[in-house]
Amino acid sequence: MPVKRFLPLGIFALLALLLFRGLSIDPTALPAARLGQPFPEFSLPVLQTEGTVGASALDPRPALVNVWATWCYSCRVEHPYLLELARRGVPIFGLNYKDDDDKAREWLAQLGNPYRLNVVDAAGTLGLDLGVYGAPETYVLDASGDIVHRHVGVLDQAVFERDFVRWFPQQGGLGAGD
Amino acid sequence: MRPFVLLLWLLSLPVWAVIETYEFSSPALQLRYHTLSQELRCPKCQNQNIADSNAPIARDLRVVLYEQLEAGQTDEQILAFMVARYGEFVRYRPAVDRNTALLWWSPVLLLVVGMLALVRHLRQREVSQPPQLTAEEQARVRALLERRNS
Repeated sequence: MPVKRFLPLGIFALLALLLFRGLSIDPTALPAARLGQPFPEFSLPVLQTEGTVGASALDPRPALVNVWATWCYSCRVEHPYLLELARRGVPIFGLNYKDDDDKAREWLAQLGNPYRLNVVDAAGTLGLDLGVYGAPETYVLDASGDIVHRHVGVLDQAVFERDFVRWFPQQGGLGAGD
Repeated sequence: MRPFVLLLWLLSLPVWAVIETYEFSSPALQLRYHTLSQELRCPKCQNQNIADSNAPIARDLRVVLYEQLEAGQTDEQILAFMVARYGEFVRYRPAVDRNTALLWWSPVLLLVVGMLALVRHLRQREVSQPPQLTAEEQARVRALLERRNS
């Protein structure tokens, strides 16, 4: 009988636990399907020079691959922080996603260029192979060229120090590179 | 006539699907396109399938779906292609694995729990006896019934 009396309380506690956990889950965060796999092979033009490149051009590593576009407002928000990371010595490769080449070049000329290289993915095919569903997205490539992390949304100091710094111990924490 | 129209109105389903024209080489492909585009989930707007969504990524996935169908890929190959890029999330009917087991089995689980609760409830009801009348009360009941029948 006492068991039965506490049943509603038990159900309430379980439900409360479930709902409380739900508060801290971001429903828009998707698991990255490409984690642990090599960066997909591609052959695409480069923004500022002639010719096409493939995945082997994403060197030196570990490095960041940043998916950006001039139509993407959040990309403008994170741009100063990318410049800061580049200044600290983090190699960043750009994936200019479904963008206009002229506008992209203008953007880099005006706001500064944090990228070692910009791959032009005008049709979004490489984005599709990566599983990109919006910009900005930032991927970490480890030394062997595997995708080891994906961040969707603005990359800032807090996110970098929480999720990225383990791959960039030298260029990491506050004040590094100063 | 009017009830009939009302009935039609009740039976009609809203058509949200995005209007796009693809030229399919066979009606069978078109049918598979419709089935698959309703089974694939838009990664950006998470509660819509790619058939209903206007998001650019959904449009891209529809183009890929169309191209792969025309290229002779099987349904399994196309779904595998999508899952490799966007994860099991992209399917409205995900494969049964560690993550989705609860999702798949919870209806059965709830049914079993419900049945057990029902059986228990019914058994308890059988055990409880209806209140017994005393001899005096039975005599009164009989007297009342006789008075009504006469």
